[in-house]
Amino acid sequence: MAKAKTNTEDYLRMYRQMVRIRTFEDNANQLYLSAKMPGLTHMYSGEEAVAVGICEALTDDDRITSTHRGHGHCVAKGAEFKEMFCELLGKAEGYCRGKGGSMHIADQSHGNLGANAIVGGSMGIATGSALRAKLQGKDDVTVCFFGDGATAQGLWYEVMNMAALWNLPVIYACENNGYSEYTKTEEIAAGSIMARAEAFGIEAHQVDGQDVLAVNELTQKLVARARKGEGPFFMELMTYRYHGHHVGDINRAYYRSKEEETDWKDNRDPIIRFRAFLVEQGIATEEEIEAMNAEIEKDATEAVAYAEKAPYPPAHEVDMHVFAD
Amino acid sequence: MREITLSQAVNEALAEEMRRDPTVFILGEDVAEAGTPFKVLSGLVEEFGTDRVIDTPISEPGFVGLAVGAAMTGARPVVDLMFGDFIYLVMDQLCNQAAKQHYMSGGKLTVPMVLRTNLGATRRSAAQHSQSLQALVAHIPGLKVALPSSAYEAKGLMKTAIRDNNPVVIFEDKLMYQDKAPVPEEEYLIPFGEANVKREGRDITLIATSSMVQVAEKAAELLAQEGIEAEVIDPRTIVPLDEKTLLDSVKKTSRAIVIDEGHQSYGVTAEIASRLNEKAFYHLDAPVLRMGAMDVPVPFSPALEDLTVPTPEGVVENARKLCAGELIHAA
Ligand SMILES: Cc1ncc(C[n+]2csc(CCOP(=O)(O)OP(=O)(O)O)c2C)c(N)n1
Ligand SMILES: [Mg+2]
Repeated sequence: MAKAKTNTEDYLRMYRQMVRIRTFEDNANQLYLSAKMPGLTHMYSGEEAVAVGICEALTDDDRITSTHRGHGHCVAKGAEFKEMFCELLGKAEGYCRGKGGSMHIADQSHGNLGANAIVGGSMGIATGSALRAKLQGKDDVTVCFFGDGATAQGLWYEVMNMAALWNLPVIYACENNGYSEYTKTEEIAAGSIMARAEAFGIEAHQVDGQDVLAVNELTQKLVARARKGEGPFFMELMTYRYHGHHVGDINRAYYRSKEEETDWKDNRDPIIRFRAFLVEQGIATEEEIEAMNAEIEKDATEAVAYAEKAPYPPAHEVDMHVFAD
Repeated sequence: MREITLSQAVNEALAEEMRRDPTVFILGEDVAEAGTPFKVLSGLVEEFGTDRVIDTPISEPGFVGLAVGAAMTGARPVVDLMFGDFIYLVMDQLCNQAAKQHYMSGGKLTVPMVLRTNLGATRRSAAQHSQSLQALVAHIPGLKVALPSSAYEAKGLMKTAIRDNNPVVIFEDKLMYQDKAPVPEEEYLIPFGEANVKREGRDITLIATSSMVQVAEKAAELLAQEGIEAEVIDPRTIVPLDEKTLLDSVKKTSRAIVIDEGHQSYGVTAEIASRLNEKAFYHLDAPVLRMGAMDVPVPFSPALEDLTVPTPEGVVENARKLCAGELIHAA
């Protein structure tokens, strides 16, 4: 664990947000398994410290772009369970009025510019958001989340070049979970990912993505510097996804071992680690933590029940929102 | 005859062609051990090895470019593009590079490659994983476009595509991978530009592509109960297009509906309808109708998504109006 800071409220909120993500995902998985959720979804479980460590260093004015594995970013950037579960089930009260679903879920009012079903598809959007901040003299920062697999997209190299040339306030946050779909990162990435950013003169950092304080501390520093025009930056966050590539990816033995999965879950879990830290530092008692977990679980259960009963969008909404007024 | 799934049919076509011609190889994301997310290619890497079933990084423009170059220099690559929606990423390689080499070189260079990908909504996959983009590529001279409507077509068209000396784009319907159809054990090919008359009828012609053939066949059954005899035709390839079979049918029935899952505006249905209007105008008793997907990005919610695609009931309703002589102004 990184060094303790003094603000216990911040710590408790980070813990809470990580548990909220895990709880959201457990419920989403359950909805899939009980055939209540249309389509497929990609679970963020295991990667919570990345989204939370980063988003807790941002304000509502700061923007993020998210990925197909976007529930964690969405929660971490301030979204509510009710609207999220409604979106997952294609209901009218969802954040995208049921039009987006899991792969496009986002609470836009907190600066989330959207989850994206095209791998690497948001790299231009994030960089463009940073360009706008610079042109308009604003000090907001944009964080672009993407996976290790997305580093293979040529778009990234085009936008990094421009971001570096123009000192744009964008932070590229690569969630390296070791896999893209069913393929190990080393089979699809030549050389070093960090060095690719460095080749453009972009300052690059690698950080333990299972340590929420380390992620948060680094992000705070980089965000402060990006606000002053010292960006862009690159972060490689070493992490792991607990579930399959998507909820339907059950038999995984052919591409990764059970032992590897168990090792990450048992020995590096970001929530277990941070919980132990909170107790050890006297920031929260076991009882307080259990109470918080229970409250989050209850929130989720109620939100799911609400979403299940909520109405679908009416038919006339089908051709609404194709064009803006 | 034995029945196999569309997925098995594609797999067999590739395996047979790879055995026959050592220059055929497969390139794409998670095509080897994983056999693609749809498991269509399972088993091929075991037989042909990782030099001929190659897993790529997530670099669509890059690996399609590689396929173009390999094809121009003596190989026959089959590129696997996981979702048809990703065709936007590879448009330059496909449309500026692959499609034009033969023409630009005055016939000296050829690009014998296949891009196999998919189409189709109602899988609850939302706007970036549900599109049917065949019209985009059919618009570009130099690209051939095949739309198999069953396992039988999927196999025969794939084998022809691999042997063709031009870039061919094949769109499979991702909801049909597990659908079974009779497929002969013996080898066969389906020539491009030969439509298939799936059902004969005298009153109206239903021209349908890919999974819309099932929609048209269902509609024809329902119409038969009302005494309307619909002829159902599957063009099988839209480039080249078997105009003659379509025109012969329309000259007989005097009415036609064209059904394709791409967006209705500026689409495949419009192209076919206007050819019928141009070449069979005096035989028509009613305007040729287009039925495509609604002109909206594909919504996630099942309550909305199901409204966006042509249905048998919708086809029946339109066919009834055409046969009753009700002119249909505006949709
Ligand atoms: C352009 C594009 N190519 C392929 C896919 C299919 N696909 C979805 S997720 C994924 C793997 C992404 O891996 P990574 O970027 O590491 O993210 P992770 O899933 O590990 O979070 C692939 C290949 C896609 N959605 N978009
Ligand atoms: Mg990954």
